[in-house]
Amino acid sequence: MIKTISGIAAFAAAAIVSAGVSAGTLDDVKARGELNCIVTTGLTGFAFTDENGRWDGFDASYCRGLAAAVLGSGEKVKFVPTTGKTRFTALNSGEGDALFRNTTITMSRDVDLKLTFLGVNYYDGQGFMVPNSLGVSSAKELDGASVCIQTGTTTELNLADFFRANGISYEPVAIETNEEGQTNYLAGRCDVYTTDASGLAATRATFDDPGAHTVLPEIISKEPLGPAVRQGDDQWADVVRWVLNVVVAAEELGITQANVDKLAKGTDNPSINRVLGTEGNFGELLGLDKDWAVRVIKTMGNYGENFDRNIGPSTAIALQRGLNAQWTDGGLMYSPPVR
Amino acid sequence: MSTATDTVPASGAYEPGSHPDLAPPPGTTGPIRWMKDNLFSSPLSTVLTLISVYIVYTVVTSAGSWLVLDAVISADSREACQAIDSGACWAVIVSRFNLSIYGFYPDAERWRLNLAFILLFVALGPILFDNFPARKHMMKFSMAYPVIAYFLVVGGMGLEPVSTHLFGGVMLTLVIGLTGITCSLPIGILLALGRYSKLPVMRMVCTMFIEFIRGVPLIALLFVASVMLNYFLPPGVEFDLLFRVLIMVTFFASAYMAEVIRGGLQSMPKGQFEAADAMGLTYWQAMRLIILPQALKVSIPGIVNTFIGLYKDTTLVLIIGLLDVLGIMRSSLADPKWNGLAHEVYLYTAIFFFISCFAMSRYSLYLERKLHTGHKR
Repeated sequence: MIKTISGIAAFAAAAIVSAGVSAGTLDDVKARGELNCIVTTGLTGFAFTDENGRWDGFDASYCRGLAAAVLGSGEKVKFVPTTGKTRFTALNSGEGDALFRNTTITMSRDVDLKLTFLGVNYYDGQGFMVPNSLGVSSAKELDGASVCIQTGTTTELNLADFFRANGISYEPVAIETNEEGQTNYLAGRCDVYTTDASGLAATRATFDDPGAHTVLPEIISKEPLGPAVRQGDDQWADVVRWVLNVVVAAEELGITQANVDKLAKGTDNPSINRVLGTEGNFGELLGLDKDWAVRVIKTMGNYGENFDRNIGPSTAIALQRGLNAQWTDGGLMYSPPVR
Repeated sequence: MSTATDTVPASGAYEPGSHPDLAPPPGTTGPIRWMKDNLFSSPLSTVLTLISVYIVYTVVTSAGSWLVLDAVISADSREACQAIDSGACWAVIVSRFNLSIYGFYPDAERWRLNLAFILLFVALGPILFDNFPARKHMMKFSMAYPVIAYFLVVGGMGLEPVSTHLFGGVMLTLVIGLTGITCSLPIGILLALGRYSKLPVMRMVCTMFIEFIRGVPLIALLFVASVMLNYFLPPGVEFDLLFRVLIMVTFFASAYMAEVIRGGLQSMPKGQFEAADAMGLTYWQAMRLIILPQALKVSIPGIVNTFIGLYKDTTLVLIIGLLDVLGIMRSSLADPKWNGLAHEVYLYTAIFFFISCFAMSRYSLYLERKLHTGHKR
């Protein structure tokens, strides 16, 4: 138990100097040589382990992108899997440096839980799925229906709000996990399954006969999902925020994993040059070097590439871009300019 | 010797008491008679039998075809599985078998886990079976095994160190389960003796510890380990999460173990204690030579029960983000390639737990038979 003894020794040593302020997270991460990135224990397409135990997915890619920006390699990440209940404490207690875990940004989480949210990487919303045999085409026709709902989530509260606002009643069937919801719904123990629209699409894609089920058009809540860091470390917050922004900007400017090396040699487009560090010193301003964005894009691709690879139409989940399209295509993905 | 069935002599042909046993009349024994008595004794019974046979037949054939006949064991994704056949898609287990066993442990170092696992049986042998060859010498190895296993699994002494956050799968389940089981028995014995002690302070401390730990659910303790402890430690100090969890699991199991053993102690007649005193034995001698051997024997079913409970409780670490065998297989379900194969994955995990728990339970029965000394009521 050498580790224990050294742990206790380190504890004692740290207690003696505990009055000293800890360095910024950016310096901590650089000194450690490893990014501790908080992800979910498993959510289809967003974060999961592949056959070799390597973390992959839409959110996990951001972890690798961030590690590439700060440490130079997308492999220098220690993934900290958390559940809905432990994610915020893992961040606040310092077990993780950044939270990339499909977390809905809400006012109370931002203000009360002392988190800093850095923007949205996926706009989601709560929807309903019904079997076609129910003959329902709108959520407002669901009076008296039994609804499978995950307990202790914002979706539970949204559901109550929606049914109350429309003056109709429902019968909740409490479930714990998405798989449980799927099983109950398919077994007919509830008429309706409700969760975030991305989750509904992922669930429906696994059915033997997806065509027999419809996702109703109503989206009853706003679920902007985004990364968070601890409140009070603005420099680190800036780094994570600009990793988030730069992949969106890259898609807008047409920078891809494939052409980033070529474009990084310099182009006639000053916007691209600023992003890729051939003009200006934006990397240094962040506390990184000038190639930071090149590494991010090389590691995780631009926003669209990451989306398509993990959750896009060509995958089993087959999500459309929808709200998550570039602002130029009618979506909400809009990066402030790098200048 | 004439056979009784073909030529039966007149009753007077035998001396009294020397008549050979006759075969039972035809139709009163054998499988046909048994079926008649037990399965078709009345119209209702006949109907029920036929219905049951039909149900068993349908269940066995449909389960059999799903599990075996229509199953797919090699494919690249769920779609590929479905394209081949309609049964279970064991390909997900096959492709993730190594992951489910070793977790994220580096490939090049996995031989260390294999070695530790094999040595585990070498170490367990002399402890579990008293007719083990060269038991006395092997016992020394068993005592040293925890240290050997620690270095093999965690590294050090010239072996590449492996961070505990790479632990996962069956290997993590075994690390937590075995550590909890090995540590909780001695701690539990001490706690039980402490609660039984004549020293008031000792008794109070042990009672408080046991009652506190038993009064709190294991999940709460795990949350304390994963979440609260970090707030008390200064920032930047990393006190290994797995180590915190091991401490909590051991505490939890020890408290239960202590109560099981206290039950055994209470079943000892007062005369046993008094006899020990009368022989002039010290407290520890009396406990070691007279009381504990009997008390522990009585407690075996309870002890093994606690072991099995603890072993299965290890899956709760999923809640604090450690990926044990159940957790790592569940995270496989989140892979878009394999999404929706919950049945296969849960069945695999269930089989794993059943095999290990059943083995423990069988061993406990063996132990009870072996230690049976005629006091059974």
